[in-house]
Amino acid sequence: MTDATTDATAGTTADPRTDDDHVYLTLSEASPGPEGEARWAYGTGFADPLLGVDTDLPPGVDGPDLGAYCLMLGDDALVLSQRLIEWCTRAPELEEEVALANLGLDLLGQARQLLTRAGQADGTGRSEDEYAYWREEHDFRNVRLVETPNGDFAHCVARLLLFSTARLALYRRLTGYADPVLAAVAARGTKELAYHREYATAWTLRLGDGTDYSAQRMQAALDGLWPLLDELFTAHPVELRLGVDPAELREPVLRELGEVIAEAGLTVSQAAPLAYVGGRAGRDGVHTEALGPLLAELQVVARAHPGATW
Amino acid sequence: MLTLADLGVLAEVEQDGGAVTAWLTPTYSGCPAVAEMAADVDARLRAAGYSEVRVRLRLDPPWSTDLITEAGRRKLAEAGIAPPQHGPAGPGVLQLGPIRRVVHCPQCGSADTEELSRFGSTACKALWRCRSCREPFDRIKEI
Repeated sequence: MTDATTDATAGTTADPRTDDDHVYLTLSEASPGPEGEARWAYGTGFADPLLGVDTDLPPGVDGPDLGAYCLMLGDDALVLSQRLIEWCTRAPELEEEVALANLGLDLLGQARQLLTRAGQADGTGRSEDEYAYWREEHDFRNVRLVETPNGDFAHCVARLLLFSTARLALYRRLTGYADPVLAAVAARGTKELAYHREYATAWTLRLGDGTDYSAQRMQAALDGLWPLLDELFTAHPVELRLGVDPAELREPVLRELGEVIAEAGLTVSQAAPLAYVGGRAGRDGVHTEALGPLLAELQVVARAHPGATW
Repeated sequence: MLTLADLGVLAEVEQDGGAVTAWLTPTYSGCPAVAEMAADVDARLRAAGYSEVRVRLRLDPPWSTDLITEAGRRKLAEAGIAPPQHGPAGPGVLQLGPIRRVVHCPQCGSADTEELSRFGSTACKALWRCRSCREPFDRIKEI
């Protein structure tokens, strides 16, 4: 075994290309086949999140509308996933960091399927990567709740509580939707979101019912995010045309959130919803200033090396 | 060896002469092993002599831990991973109180175990610890 640091002090640096301890080199020279070690570094070639799934549109479902709707839900999942992984190395405990990364991974998986479905439905055939990395801020259709910058841990819990409660209720309804791909993503997502809501509920109770200080922080987080909640229940014309009016979720979701918040010894905010801009918000591509920097970080590598393969 | 069939991930295999199609049902939406599983199935079928191999995903019905076979559960336990329980899959209804489960340690069999974290090293597992033999262990979560 060659020790590169020892060699360096002796004036001759070991050439990493001849050093068989160099892990990336070993991988790059390994057999590229499906059984070869290179798959761990460079993938397997099976990258389509809807591999071999029937892509036909059911009769009566408008392709561009379905595509636009899948983008709305896919962008919600993608952007919140990005916010959650920003907690990596910053969460209060390792267990919470692992939990948040797990929740983010679920949302990323949902986003990949939804963005892929969007490209099939809208007729452009765009891939998940084209949507994620090559659209501009005003082309994203997520609600503003998911793009708001991270705050303290209570803020993270509050956002998860609001989003997971509302998204679980929506996915449950979409499980029977006419498009079989969207219905299947929703059916899978229902079970995942139930765990997300459970996590957020448990922490809301723990912080709300903890010390005066933890309750104060949890209440402040809920109050701060509450004005962003109503956008999830505000219908876009695409949703109305598809027969998936999110306003139907408002009452049951608010009731459920009220139960959790009351059990935590906290109060439901009476704050008014955050105003739209000329009648437009996230679903129309009108975002807060927080989305731009988030996308810059999300997209920088893909844009620095356009079309790169490995 | 714990197989994809044991886990209920291999949904169906259809053979037509020298052609074969295998359908896989992914566990979690974000499971990063799906591509790996598809590649493995593809490679094994080609190695078995099939000239025309197709691997496809089947999303409906969604995967559930109830699809893990009895043999699969035994093999998981033998590998030190507590298998999931049958029945209500995951937290379906809103729970405001703690959820108690009796989970046996896969190492010593003791029921004196505790959950350390609902989320573990992969999406499908939670982290537990046995209070009798003091060993930590993974547990497949019901979903």
